[in-house]
Amino acid sequence: MTEQAHQENLVEYAKTLVEQLESGDAKEAMQTIASLHQQRDHILFQEVGKLTRSLHESIKNFAIDAGNSRVQEEMSRMQDASERLNYVIDKTEQAANRTMDLVEQTMPVSSDLRASASGLKSEWDRLMRREMSAEEFRSLTRKIDSFLASAVDESARIDSNLSDIMLAQDYQDLTGQVIKRVIQLVKEVEDSLVGLVAMASNIDQLTGVKHEFTEKAPVSVEKDIGPEGPVINPDKRDDVVSGQDDVDALLSSLGF
Amino acid sequence: MNKNMKILIVDDFSTMRRIIKNLLRDLGFTNTQEADDGSSALPLLKSSDFDFLITDWNMPGMTGIDLLKAVRSDEKLQSLPVLMVTAEAKREQIIEAAQAGVNGYVVKPFTAQALKEKIEKIFERVDA
Repeated sequence: MTEQAHQENLVEYAKTLVEQLESGDAKEAMQTIASLHQQRDHILFQEVGKLTRSLHESIKNFAIDAGNSRVQEEMSRMQDASERLNYVIDKTEQAANRTMDLVEQTMPVSSDLRASASGLKSEWDRLMRREMSAEEFRSLTRKIDSFLASAVDESARIDSNLSDIMLAQDYQDLTGQVIKRVIQLVKEVEDSLVGLVAMASNIDQLTGVKHEFTEKAPVSVEKDIGPEGPVINPDKRDDVVSGQDDVDALLSSLGF
Repeated sequence: MNKNMKILIVDDFSTMRRIIKNLLRDLGFTNTQEADDGSSALPLLKSSDFDFLITDWNMPGMTGIDLLKAVRSDEKLQSLPVLMVTAEAKREQIIEAAQAGVNGYVVKPFTAQALKEKIEKIFERVDA
């Protein structure tokens, strides 16, 4: 039944009630009052029912539909938002560690290559300046030969590690999906709460309840300087520094 | 600057500890240990002879600022050089850290160069 239909019904009952009272039909009038009550309860049940359904839907819809079945299976085991966010922490941590492992493996490879190349370069320069004996030259050609062979292998290893580093960034896709879901849930819950507030005011209207609202104590304006984590929007705030240069300027103004 | 100095890295995220540890290694400092918050760092600092403390601010348990205050009020530790490496970027926080006696403040995300400069600056002063 629509709100308007309810309204019309109420008007109808009220008219009947007045008629019954005027004609002195008290018993019938009591019945009409009972019907009025029923009508009110009916509206309340309907509104509560609607809200319960939409809250329930919000919670039920909070299931991931990631592309492949393995992820889907993994996701279906995660029942709540905090678990999902923990998944994000785990995934990002794994990716960071995988990336750092690969970087740590690659760095010595490239520094060995550089060291060998720079050693050969100085010998090569001596050859160019014709400062090299025939014996030394033969030894240089052997070194160059083995360097070229190892350069081929080592640079292939660097390539492969770099491409693994690239692949390790796939967490962005997975965690992005999860975070979007959490944002959606938060939004749905917010909408439902707004609906709840609207319904509460509707109920007040329907039942004619009036609240004595005591004036809210003003929120303490005392500034909180506890930790807040990374600043998401430094360009929109004037109480935060915008980078290391700002920090250095501030500290030097304090005599650092 | 003594490259063998003993450094304690305090951060609740293991990846950040690893990044700092690697950067320190690139700078030639290999004698490092790790702790994941102030309350596990403080006993380590008290029981061992660290030369340098690098700490995050926002950690569960004991925060970095409380660790700094605890260090400054400890007779044995009060002159330990402390570098704060943190995402906390409010001016008031930086002032609070300065007043609590921090020796340097690096905001995340930071560069290897910024970390190097701050460490060098701290030890220029300490050694002077």
